Amino acid sequence: MDETYAFLANFAQTGGLIYFMAIFAGVVIYALWPGNKDSFEEAAHIPLREDD
Amino acid sequence: MAVRKARHLTLEEGGFALSLTILAFLCLIVAGRTYDQVLAFHAVVLTVAMLAGVFVIFRRYFDEVNQPAPLEIDDRPNYNMGPVKFSAWMAVFWGVAGFLVGCIIAFQLAYPALNLDLPWTSFGRLRPLHTSAVIFAFGGNVLLATSFYVVQRTCNARMPGQISPWFVVLGYNLFIVIAGTGYLLGVTQGKEYAEPEWYADWMLTIVWVAYLLVFLGTIWRRREPHIYVANWFYLAFIVTVAVLHIFNNASLPVSIYSSKSYIVWSGVQDAMVQWWYGHNAVGFFLTAGFLAIMYYFIPKRAERPVYSYRLSIVHFWALIFIYIWAGPHHLHYTALPQWASTLGMTFSIILWMPSWGGMINGLMTLSGAWDKLRTDPVLRMMVVSVAFYGMSTFEGPVMSIRAVNSLSHYTDWTIGHVHAGALGWVGYISFGALYCLIPWLYGRRNVYSLKLVDWHFWISTLGIVLYICAMWVSGIMQGLMWRAYDSLGFLEYSFIETVDAMHPYYVIRAIGGTMFLIGALIMVYNLIMTALHSEEAESASEPNSGLVAAE
Repeated sequence: MDETYAFLANFAQTGGLIYFMAIFAGVVIYALWPGNKDSFEEAAHIPLREDD
Repeated sequence: MAVRKARHLTLEEGGFALSLTILAFLCLIVAGRTYDQVLAFHAVVLTVAMLAGVFVIFRRYFDEVNQPAPLEIDDRPNYNMGPVKFSAWMAVFWGVAGFLVGCIIAFQLAYPALNLDLPWTSFGRLRPLHTSAVIFAFGGNVLLATSFYVVQRTCNARMPGQISPWFVVLGYNLFIVIAGTGYLLGVTQGKEYAEPEWYADWMLTIVWVAYLLVFLGTIWRRREPHIYVANWFYLAFIVTVAVLHIFNNASLPVSIYSSKSYIVWSGVQDAMVQWWYGHNAVGFFLTAGFLAIMYYFIPKRAERPVYSYRLSIVHFWALIFIYIWAGPHHLHYTALPQWASTLGMTFSIILWMPSWGGMINGLMTLSGAWDKLRTDPVLRMMVVSVAFYGMSTFEGPVMSIRAVNSLSHYTDWTIGHVHAGALGWVGYISFGALYCLIPWLYGRRNVYSLKLVDWHFWISTLGIVLYICAMWVSGIMQGLMWRAYDSLGFLEYSFIETVDAMHPYYVIRAIGGTMFLIGALIMVYNLIMTALHSEEAESASEPNSGLVAAE
């Protein structure tokens, strides 16, 4: 029981750290990628250029 | 007179008609055979509603104008705004009803004789009526109305389906009626914010899947290549609420003729699933969904794009990945293992970052246009709502810390915290959205009276301040009194002494809540006048330049 707990806790702590950091890094890189700048700029204006 | 063109029943019409007929027949059998009077009542209501649905489908089919609405007219999307209007008005109705019940139970706490000694009006039954009415009926209809509006407008496409969007909004509101009447008649599964019994849960599941499909279908046929960030938040809200709802309501009815059911999880696992659900009802229903409103309505009203679209992407992914872990902080000092509640607490603290990132993004959208706060009370309401969001998402993580929680848990501090978020954030962003949406839906330039919006804003804000300050004082006092010991190690106060000490704060809280209700009633008048009041007369006397500026 204790060993299972220690194994799972260890896995959750190290694995969880890597998992979250990797996702976060991925999101930040995607958001800041220079090539995406124009399309994000474009997207930000979607609500403002609707036809009425 | 139009010539009637022959048309086959569409798959959608036929499918809905057949399913509703079968379900109505099932409900009729349950109504006839059950020994449970409340279930019989609910089964009859459902039978009548489903048969009415079948009638309307065929009434439409045999109508002279029986062609499906075109997707586009003159190369512009032909938006489906009927269901949006319906849910917007239902939100207004349920909002007032929910705030009123809240005021009644607030006065009951100050003056217990007001429970009238009747089971139906006792605090225990009215309290879930209040929470469900404000969260699911008011908040839910605001989310339905705004999500259907925003997804169509930002995707440049009409919602799919002739029947489905109406099935979603009508079915959802019927679920509210079933759930609410159930509470009053004593049917509850006793899970906070998930009180409806198994048959209402099934009903909501079906409606929710239809909601997801209509929403996804609109995104699928979009003419805009990029999916605007508000739609991401709406989608996270819809998907996560579906998953949470199913896991937290995995219960087996005693029999299909009984309203009583038992959950499949047992003991502490059930508590964990309940608060995983409960906290994510806050995180995804009351946060992600309303952040979607923030990301569309604030830029639209301020007439400038969101401060940073890049930040909104980081905000979205960080918020949804972190919120889902925060639930265990509701279970400090319980049978739940300490590591699990520490995990929940840690993630709650990490949540400061995305919450404040989002708040800054919303507030900074106004940079360069801060003067509009002075002139536009609708925008002011939405900006103050974002400020309340920042305040309550600062307070929440503090309260999740184990040491702080040992003082705050089970006290009125929690109630104060929840209402800072519910009245300030969810309430105000919803009012702001309704003040924008109703004029747009009725082709008006603005609400009937901005002056009345001003009155609404100030009366409600004073009400919120009274409410949350009273609950802070009362809650911290209550927590300190519970843990006070005398020199011999005995408890200083009996429980009833703490109750007695809270009386004045309960009165202040009830007054604050009543002011919030008065503000909402002003809004109702203003919105009804917006819909009824024609602007033709006034615009005829005005020069045309005014119209151009408004566009």
